[in-house]
Parts: sequence; structure tokens; C-alpha cells
Amino acid sequence: MSGRWPRLLAGDWLLLLLLLLACGASFRWLWWQQGNAGELVLSANGQQFTHWPLRLDHRFELPGPLGITVVEVRAGRARIVSDPSPRQYCVQQGWLSRAGETALCLPNRTAISIGGQSQDDSLAF
Amino acid sequence: MIHWHSDSRELLASNHDHHLASLAACGIVLALLDAALPSPLPGIKPGLANIVTLYALARLGWRAAVWVSLLRILGAGLLLGSLFTPGFWLSLAGGGGSLLLLALAQWLPRRGFSVISYSLLAACGHLGGQLLLARGWLIPHQGVWLLLPPLLTAATVTGLLNGLFTLQLLESATDET
Repeated sequence: MSGRWPRLLAGDWLLLLLLLLACGASFRWLWWQQGNAGELVLSANGQQFTHWPLRLDHRFELPGPLGITVVEVRAGRARIVSDPSPRQYCVQQGWLSRAGETALCLPNRTAISIGGQSQDDSLAF
Repeated sequence: MIHWHSDSRELLASNHDHHLASLAACGIVLALLDAALPSPLPGIKPGLANIVTLYALARLGWRAAVWVSLLRILGAGLLLGSLFTPGFWLSLAGGGGSLLLLALAQWLPRRGFSVISYSLLAACGHLGGQLLLARGWLIPHQGVWLLLPPLLTAATVTGLLNGLFTLQLLESATDET
């Protein structure tokens, strides 16, 4: 034994390196990639209004029984800018960026949700 | 009249049993300490009790590690009041996962892999068991996998630190005897 601190053997280093790589890969595949890939699905009145790729910036106006819901797509994210619903829940939700995230404006019967390009592909274990 | 207590058969606790019990007691203390420490994110814990499991594995073998680990989980569950709650099942799943990986780790060549590797594997097994139980039962949603990156990073760090500590402990114990 040399010094106070114990020495790591070759296998330890190898395992540690593999784990650090796995950490990096898991961040890369589960956090960053999933947020960017995919498209936005806009619904009004219970039906799909349109869908739009998140990488293209755009503004939408969704018609509902109470008025117009304004949706903004910018820099790979989407949000509801304004909505006539009384409690403004969907506006307060802010930016959506991950697959599966949804903002519902129930009183106005409008909704946006983010779908992955192929939902389960990146999460197949 | 029958005196049942006069039954001559006695349950004798062997030295080995005493050793296991004292290790499990150490594990319970560390598990309580673990639960008392504040954690930055739910699910991230130092896993100090793993040190005792690893010590038992290195000194007494895998079966002893299983005993020490299960007794510790049960005892900590009793003392924390979390027996048979989701938290208890999660720690049982974690303990099971790490014991499974430790059993597989027995096949690793001794020359290249020290107890630090075992510690890393145990931490990953713990995480894997918990995450699978969470996905299958508590939160049946694909979003659970989004917890994986920070938890895996934490498991690597705590596994390394616990492994270093266990190695130190084992070496200082051999120095004394």
C-alpha cells in the first residue's frame, strides 16, 4: 500500500469510465435530444387543428368558443401567448419543450401538445 | 402438566449470527443517518449503508451480505415508520437490485477489480431496481426515465465515494488484525 489513499485497479478505472460515459449518454439521449425533436400538435374543439415542426418559428391563432387562443412556436419550444379563458392556466404554464408536454385551455376548448417524432423510439430499453 | 418452556431445544446464536447482527445494526444506524441528511433531489442519497453490505460481502461472502442488507432494510423501515409503504418497497427493490449485481460481480476477476467496482455496481443495481419498480408500479409513465441522467450521475459519485471508504475500512481492519 502506498500513501494514505487506496489505489484504484485497472478494472475500477474501466468501470468508472464506462459509467461516466453512460451518464453523458443518458443526458444526451434522454434530456437534450428529446426536447428538440418532434412537432407540435394543435387542437381546437376536440379535433386536431394542425401540426407543426418545432424547429420552424411560427404564430398560430386557434379559434374557440370564447375567442382566439394565440400559440407561439419559437426556438424549438412552444407556448400559449394569450387565451380568453378566465383562469389562464395554460398561459401560466409557459414554454413546453419535451415530448408529451401539454397545455390545455379547457374553457376555450383549445390545446397544444408536443409529440416526439416517433414517440417511443428514443425510450426503448 | 406440560411445561413448554422446559423444552431442551434452544436456538443458539453462533458467532457468525452475532457478527451479522452487529453489521446489520451498523447498517441501520447508517441508513438512519442517510435518511436524516438533506438531499438536493428526491431519490439522491449517499447510500452509506451500502458500505456495510460491501464490508459483509468482502469479509463474510455474498449470503452474509444478503442477510445484512435485508435485516438493515427491515430494521430501518421499522425505525423510520416506513414499513410496507412505497418508500420501503423502493428500498427493498434497490437492495435486491444491488445484491443481484453483487452476485454477478463475483465472476469478475479479483486482480483487476477492487471493492470500488463492487460499490459502483451496487449503486447502479440499487438505482436500477428502484427505477424499474417506480416505472412498473408507482409511476407507470415513460417520463420516469427522465430521472435517469441525474440519478445515474449521483449513483456514480456516491458509488465511488462509498467504495473508496470501504476499501479504506477493509485495509485498516487488516492492518489491525
